[in-house]
Amino acid sequence: MSEITCKCGHVNPEGTELCLSCGRALTTDAEEKKTSDVMRYEGMARRSQTYNGSIIDKVWNFFSSVKVGVWLIVITLSASALGTIFPQVLFISPLEAPEVYYEERYGVAGEIYYILGFHDLYNSWWYLLLIAAIGTSIIIASLDRVIPLYKALKHQRVNRHASFMKRQRIYTEYPLYSSDTFSKIKDGLRNKRYRIREEDGNLLAEKGRFSRWGPYVNHTGLIIFLIGAMLRFVPGMYVDEVMWIREGETMAIPGTDQEYFLKSEGFTVETYDADEDKEVFGATIDRVGAIAKNFQTDAILLKREDGVAGDSSNLVEVEEHPIRVNQPFKFDNFALYQVDFRQGEFRSMSFNLVQKESGDSFGPFEIDLTQPEDEYQLDDDHRVELMGYYPDFSGFENGEPQSPSPVPNNPAFLFKLFSPEHPDGEVAFIAIQQNLEPLGENDYQLSFNGVETRDVSGLTVRKDLTLWILALGGAIFMIGVVQGAYWNHRRVWVKRTEEGGMLVSGHTNKNWFGLRKDLEAAFTNTGLEQPKDQHEQNLNKVSAGGAKEEENRDTTS
Amino acid sequence: MTQLASLSSTLLYVAFVLYLIATAFFAGSIKSKKHTNQTGKNRWATIAITITIIGFVSQLGYFITRWIASGHAPLSNLFEFITFFGMMLIAAFIIIYFIYRAHVLGVFALPIALLIIAYSSMFPRDISPLIPALQSDWLAIHVSTVAAGEAILAISFVAGLIYLLKDVDLAKKGKQTFWLEAVLFSLVIVVGFIAATTTSQITGYESEFSHINTEGNEDVAEYHLPALVIPHQGELVTENRFASPVEMPAIVNASRLNTVIWSIMVGTVLYLLTRLIFRRSISALLQPLVRKVNLNLMDEVGYRSVLIGFPVFTLGGLVFAMIWAQIAWTRFWGWDPKEVWALITWLFYAAFLHLRLSRGWEGNRSAWLAVIGFAIIMFNLVAVNLIIAGLHSYA
Amino acid sequence: MNNRKKKRLIVRITILSVLIAAVVYTLYSTLTEDERMIVKAGDQAPDFVLTDLNGETHRLSDYKGQGVFLNFWGTWCKPCEKEMPYMENQYQAFKDQGVQILAVNVGESEFQVKNFAKKYNLSFPIVRDSQKDVMYSYAIGPLPTTLLINPEGEVVEVVKSGMDEETVASYMEMIKP
Repeated sequence: MSEITCKCGHVNPEGTELCLSCGRALTTDAEEKKTSDVMRYEGMARRSQTYNGSIIDKVWNFFSSVKVGVWLIVITLSASALGTIFPQVLFISPLEAPEVYYEERYGVAGEIYYILGFHDLYNSWWYLLLIAAIGTSIIIASLDRVIPLYKALKHQRVNRHASFMKRQRIYTEYPLYSSDTFSKIKDGLRNKRYRIREEDGNLLAEKGRFSRWGPYVNHTGLIIFLIGAMLRFVPGMYVDEVMWIREGETMAIPGTDQEYFLKSEGFTVETYDADEDKEVFGATIDRVGAIAKNFQTDAILLKREDGVAGDSSNLVEVEEHPIRVNQPFKFDNFALYQVDFRQGEFRSMSFNLVQKESGDSFGPFEIDLTQPEDEYQLDDDHRVELMGYYPDFSGFENGEPQSPSPVPNNPAFLFKLFSPEHPDGEVAFIAIQQNLEPLGENDYQLSFNGVETRDVSGLTVRKDLTLWILALGGAIFMIGVVQGAYWNHRRVWVKRTEEGGMLVSGHTNKNWFGLRKDLEAAFTNTGLEQPKDQHEQNLNKVSAGGAKEEENRDTTS
Repeated sequence: MTQLASLSSTLLYVAFVLYLIATAFFAGSIKSKKHTNQTGKNRWATIAITITIIGFVSQLGYFITRWIASGHAPLSNLFEFITFFGMMLIAAFIIIYFIYRAHVLGVFALPIALLIIAYSSMFPRDISPLIPALQSDWLAIHVSTVAAGEAILAISFVAGLIYLLKDVDLAKKGKQTFWLEAVLFSLVIVVGFIAATTTSQITGYESEFSHINTEGNEDVAEYHLPALVIPHQGELVTENRFASPVEMPAIVNASRLNTVIWSIMVGTVLYLLTRLIFRRSISALLQPLVRKVNLNLMDEVGYRSVLIGFPVFTLGGLVFAMIWAQIAWTRFWGWDPKEVWALITWLFYAAFLHLRLSRGWEGNRSAWLAVIGFAIIMFNLVAVNLIIAGLHSYA
Repeated sequence: MNNRKKKRLIVRITILSVLIAAVVYTLYSTLTEDERMIVKAGDQAPDFVLTDLNGETHRLSDYKGQGVFLNFWGTWCKPCEKEMPYMENQYQAFKDQGVQILAVNVGESEFQVKNFAKKYNLSFPIVRDSQKDVMYSYAIGPLPTTLLINPEGEVVEVVKSGMDEETVASYMEMIKP
């Protein structure tokens, strides 16, 4: 197979359906196809269908098919839905083991869900492959269509063959051609902002051609978006870290290459107050209780001017900035987000040394939990020696106090109490609501005097250098989709026949209602009836309940 | 401010009543013998659309006064969002009406909007302050655009439904006849839900169950309808209230399931009653209304509304959503169920457009797709908030 | 014609290869995401300076020419506690052969660390990383994590679990100059 020569003498590339010059149908197949199917790509040869030799061509043709594309979309959306049946693993508490969690909570269904890997569906290799396949399909299908379409629309001839005119959905044959009518139609269409081309008394009026590029523009946007999403994996493009910082602490900010430090000046939680805030909120506050108003960490950003990790002698204050929900603190491509908090973590505890019998009290002394001291001198005769500190006391193991974490959730202390009566000291173990005297009854005891707490802010550290690419892709997508959806490509042909009659036909890629309105306006002054919509006529012939035009049609593209 | 709030509620109520009256006039307009093709000018229709617009203005008044009273865009909970969605549906209908002048659209679009607004008022209607996560201008921008997009897409459902009511041959028993009736039946269930909930609100029925929740802790479940199913290890703590012995596992929210069961029961009773009285299926009952409908026009309206709605939905549901998520939740995309369902909706309408543009799915098939699309939107609107817990669960 | 066909084939092969490469890269990156950020074998060990319990500063780069057994630990962490005596024993054996231990305590008070060192009679330098600065620069996950650094300052291996005495000895052997 090679070029196809049309009756009019024009030589078309192989696979062409409608002659590029006059618009005749070149194959019987094209003749029988629905007009809207042939006109979609102007009857041009779609490359994918013309070469089908090697495996590369087969792969190419596979992805070029819209049918395949739609299937990929449908599979992806079904898969995405599956992932919402049970919570994804990233939403369950990190303390829960997923292999038990799903089965325990959701029974057999949960177990199957976990075994099939649906608990982490959106990160699975096959879901990624689906997205990749959609991307491939978008690129190949667009390339295959946009080039021939561009050529066809660029080389449109004004004068089309009668058979081309006749098969258009809007078509009417008028017995008489007059140049007066002709120019009235022309002016009418020009007033409707059509671009007019004229040739030997034939006319091609066209508007909104650029809307045909909409799909390709939006596909370009999508591809840029996908590229942006992919670039996240390039080292240095993306940071996602969590940091916990206590009030008053200065900590290195993870993910910033040891360049930045953060100091927390304080964390605040505010709730709405039925008296202070708007009166209208009263009913809700009564119904649901306290409602959070603000979570805020007041932070100071510090920068290490020079020096290696661990050397904090050269920290320079950069900026003081509150971090609130919806108001991240941005600096140098990074953003710090207020995402979590823990309230009331113990900061220090104070005690009195009490002589049990007399009730005499010495002290108080305060233990700073971040830096406990070896010894607390109370007066000339009394002192307390700290022998052990267990921030997260959980019980004894082989007589040894245990602390499974460094967080002061349940501080416990082992003390030696020195007094004139006991110059060698008495041993006491103190935890919250627990007072042990492991080596026998003591004469002295420690009484709890008070506690100071502080809040801990949970912050997310984020850097995402791909954002501008994603934004660009999104913007191009939106432009393309609006371009394709809110404008239409409308064309009207007027042909003067050899018999002195006039053929008028019209085509639009969508919104036939709009095209009919344009034609109505163009024909009002001509005294002629406007060209008819053959589709409309056919449909009106079929009365209620019987319009089964879809039944016998399953076209391929 | 409290006065403004009560004015706001009144305006919403007025709008509701006006939409109801307008529906009647739209129904009158298509009965009018003067206009066979149901488009163009018609006194009934002119009155109907005028009342609709007044209703819309009244609802807009509700929206604005509530905004002023609360100090933030009233889009922060299910009641406010769904009401706004109903309002956008009316707005989309008004726009499409003025493009195509198809009166029959009003006969179906208005009742659906009414159903949606009534549904919304089943949720707590108090004005609530904004939690920190919602304190952003993006609340108004993102939520209103999503609602507008979904409402425009919903018009395609209305057009599709009308198309199918005329197109499907009800005399023949088949899949299409069955599913069409199923779609209408589900609308009746919504009526059932509204009826059941309203009854319980009027009578003030309330019962409480202590039970064991998923974390293994003791909890209290509130019921507003007689308990046909009770929570995991549930025990009735309110006196003289009904409690069935049917116990649910801990992961099921038994109180919500109970409401669903009641809705289905009441809906089914209503449905069976209509069938008993009229001796016809609802599809057949509605068919006379669409007898004179121009199928081609309905197909076009359906397609056009998807074309108009798709970019708006993309902008609100994906673009603005991602921008706000980046600001509030630190990442533009996090596979939250609501996000996933927005993506599913978007993919679905993308498939709709490809099928239509490239594979010639028009008419009947396109109408069915529009119906499925609306089902997905409703699922995301209702089920994802109520059943699937996620970041978007602001009830 | 034949020429055009050939050209088309080349274009198609190019586009498809670019796509495949992109997909493979993305898949690889996603599936190994956790591994990539961390300092790993073959990398130059990031330099740091920290102070030990006696107030002396230790700078990693000062130990060039010696093998460094860099251990990140906490007093509350059971496997850390278990391997400390092994490290002490082997330190005695290897310290004259040019192997240095630096035990970095992450974020605990001087009191706790001192007490711990006293309890196990540890003689190697224990430094405190109170701002988690060094921990982040090595992107350390769970404790204990041990990095074996050769005399050239290059990471030979990253050990992300507790060790028994034999393993400690074999690792020290590995980084001996």
